[in-house]
Amino acid sequence: MLNRPELWTAYIWPAYALTIGGLVALLAWSWLSMRAAERRSEALKRNRP
Amino acid sequence: MHRFANPARFLRIARVATPLTLWIGLALTVAGLYIGLFASPPDYQQGESVRIMYVHVPAAWLGSGGYLSLAIASAVALIWRHPLATIAARAIAPAGAAFTAICLVSGSLWGKPTWGTYWVWDARLTSMLVLLFLYLGYLALSASEGERGEERRAASILALVGVINLPIIKYSVEWWNTLHQGPSIKLTGSAIDGHMLLPLFLCLGGFTLLFAAIVLMRMRAMLAEQRVEARSRRLAEALA
Repeated sequence: MLNRPELWTAYIWPAYALTIGGLVALLAWSWLSMRAAERRSEALKRNRP
Repeated sequence: MHRFANPARFLRIARVATPLTLWIGLALTVAGLYIGLFASPPDYQQGESVRIMYVHVPAAWLGSGGYLSLAIASAVALIWRHPLATIAARAIAPAGAAFTAICLVSGSLWGKPTWGTYWVWDARLTSMLVLLFLYLGYLALSASEGERGEERRAASILALVGVINLPIIKYSVEWWNTLHQGPSIKLTGSAIDGHMLLPLFLCLGGFTLLFAAIVLMRMRAMLAEQRVEARSRRLAEALA
């Protein structure tokens, strides 16, 4: 009963897809916002009067 | 501890720690997820659906553990008014909220084939949902216009008040008659087979390091934004 094949498509894959998707989205958002902010900060530092 | 709370010193450490936590975390997570999906055996009672545990348990651990760190950082911000503590709390909140949401949804996906329902107003499930609302409340309050002070006072107080929910989450399965199972891993030993503990611990370690990497990257972004604001202000004053 608990080993039927639709378990994978209906529950296991969606749980893993949600987790991996959420993790990748969080990591990408954090990385891109950090790179953008640090680039802006460096640019302003170079153009200091 | 104050030594590390200096923003310049923190940035020096964070620049080394960010790639380390990110790459080791990714390696452990990929290994844990692969073993969890393809190389670990099904459970004799839960069958294949036990594989959801390898993502659900680490997400639950980081949802609760993240909130405890958020509350500690908020307490430091309120008591010592240390700006780095406020930045740490604001960096922890979105990651903690995301892991709590993952925990709730993956738990529902496990609940349907095991309990026959996606959701019940069970003490453990309800207290985890309250935890998500606490995170969302903190995020909304700390982003509001009236909360521009260094210590984000109202948001920090909410974070501290919300700590009462953590022992409720932990002991809900013992205090009330719940559908959610009791703890399987205790200090005295584990009820989980070694073949299942390996992917679980790999995912626990990997997710925790990735959580740390996300927090470090968010903190670096916020510190850089603060430097941009300060430099833009000085530039505008110099040109005036």
